[in-house]
Amino acid sequence: MNAVHAPLVRIEGVSRSFGDVVALDSVSMEIRENEFFALLGPSGCGKTTLLRVLAGFSEPDSGSVTLGGLDLLALPPNKRPINLMFQSYALFPHMSVEKNVAYGLEREGLPKDEVRDRVAAVLTTVGLTDKARTRPTQLSGGQRQRVALARAIVKRPKLLLLDEPLSALDRKVRSEMQLELKRLQHEVGITFVVVTHDQEEAMSMADRIAVMSAGRVQQIDTPVDLYQRPRTMFVADFIGSSNTFAGNRVDAGIDVDGVGILPGHAPWPLATSLATLVVRPEDIEICEPAAALLAGVVIDIQFYGGSSTIAVHVDGHATPIIVTCQGTTAVERGAQVHLAWSPEKAVILGEEA
Amino acid sequence: MTSPAGTTSRGRGAHKRRALGSRALFLGPGLFYVTAFMAIPIALIVSYAFLTRGRFGGVRLPLTLESFTRALDPVYLQVLGNSLLIATTTTVLALLIGYPVAYAIARMPSRWRTIALVLVVLPFWSNFLIRTYAWIVLLNSEGPLNKALLATGLRDEPIGLLYNRGAVIVGLLYAYLPLMILPLYASLERMDWSLLEAATNLGASRIRAFFDVTFPLSLPGAMIGAIFVFVPSLGNFIVPELLGGGKTVMVGNLIRDQFLKARDWPFGAVLALTMVTFLILLFALQAAVSRRINGPRAHA
Repeated sequence: MNAVHAPLVRIEGVSRSFGDVVALDSVSMEIRENEFFALLGPSGCGKTTLLRVLAGFSEPDSGSVTLGGLDLLALPPNKRPINLMFQSYALFPHMSVEKNVAYGLEREGLPKDEVRDRVAAVLTTVGLTDKARTRPTQLSGGQRQRVALARAIVKRPKLLLLDEPLSALDRKVRSEMQLELKRLQHEVGITFVVVTHDQEEAMSMADRIAVMSAGRVQQIDTPVDLYQRPRTMFVADFIGSSNTFAGNRVDAGIDVDGVGILPGHAPWPLATSLATLVVRPEDIEICEPAAALLAGVVIDIQFYGGSSTIAVHVDGHATPIIVTCQGTTAVERGAQVHLAWSPEKAVILGEEA
Repeated sequence: MTSPAGTTSRGRGAHKRRALGSRALFLGPGLFYVTAFMAIPIALIVSYAFLTRGRFGGVRLPLTLESFTRALDPVYLQVLGNSLLIATTTTVLALLIGYPVAYAIARMPSRWRTIALVLVVLPFWSNFLIRTYAWIVLLNSEGPLNKALLATGLRDEPIGLLYNRGAVIVGLLYAYLPLMILPLYASLERMDWSLLEAATNLGASRIRAFFDVTFPLSLPGAMIGAIFVFVPSLGNFIVPELLGGGKTVMVGNLIRDQFLKARDWPFGAVLALTMVTFLILLFALQAAVSRRINGPRAHA
């Protein structure tokens, strides 16, 4: 774990519209020094616009952005101590790998010796020393990504932005690069901000995640807190899979029409009596009839090696209940099962504001 | 082991033969056209260049290098030099004027681009001769330009805009500018603009980013445009005759005169060959630049 310090970036009330479309709706957040921060959300949620605001390619209509006390919005994009790794990598096709990496240092007007040494060092870090004189077009996707990363970190920016860094890679290379990015972030000690629509990617890499939807920040938390204590239905739905029950708030939990009272707890104050109960599939247990909260019929079983997923149809509830258990399961399709969970594992959320 | 492997390779062989067959079918018409109307005439010109001039045109034996030595006469070298100067000036001006136009079109919203491109090629809809005559009207001493100049009071008498080298360049530039804009536009339109943002993000100013990224990546297109303008400018004989008033002799006029008036086909062939040589050199240069920009694997 990196040592996390004081806030580095302060984003306050940033809004940006394109015509009628509100891309950013009064977004505020703090990104801490040395943090691996993720902006997570579906496409069109505003995460890329926020990234472009940070990089200086888009100007917000209102709000302020500071970096270590410095007013970022007053600086043109080429003067910001921020580097961006583009989703397409945007490597210069007419320059060799080392020329690409050296480009940013040359723009700083550094002496030739220093440029050469720093380029050589960063190429060693990303393991591309033997490709220094190759053109980007001759590299594989993973290698290109390393060049893009090297080109950004060689400038030793205060903040490194990564736009969907792994989306162009195939699955196996992706998980390797995930580890690699974390290792690098630790090694170079730069604050990373990753933009991604892939919740697994964000969960596995980031120290903290800002979940965005429709131009607004839904929740900023650690991956574990986002998963266990989602603030909104959007977050509960977007992060991981979950079973949801809509009903009326009662003391013990919620009262669901045709199903009965289901136990749960509300970590946040609720505005209305209408509420939704969220239970993760792995928090539901198959139990004795006496302890059952729900009873239903197994309609499908899926085996994933490490775990199995059981779909249970419960009378009065439209969608099947999903239950995950470790390894294989003894239940069979068509069997009658009883389900239960402990109230502290079930979160009750209010209606969306 | 033998039989399955055997069948596969035989099957693959037949497949390859079919592919070759269909390739020949597709290439055939173009190949025939090029052979009949390009390769054979060029072969004829090459052979004429080494023959002796016939009394009433045509060629006869023996083989001689006389036409080549004649081409080195200062009179003809000067014509060639004059033509190169005019064609080069035209090309450079076309690049300077055409680049901003192509750039602006490439950065327009896509619905405007088509309109802009149609406007660029609009002059081609009317006859080249008519358009060149129009320049005579525009540039002559009674023309609107001179009238406007006199009206301003800056000059007391009309200036000679027509029948000089400048008029020839103006005419050629007007005729071939679209041929510069179109390939330039094609290369700029393909440009990945995030490369410019990347350069900016790495600390380059906008001007710097243009000269480090946009310009080199558009060079192959600029070279094609330069060839498209340079080659027909060098060989053009209508514009020098109409706007140059016959005073500005270019190599195109000279070649035409050798074949049609002087009836010296071998010498005309030698002059034509010098132009072909320039063309080949230019294409080699273009290929080299293109390979340098696009890297060893892909080159346009």
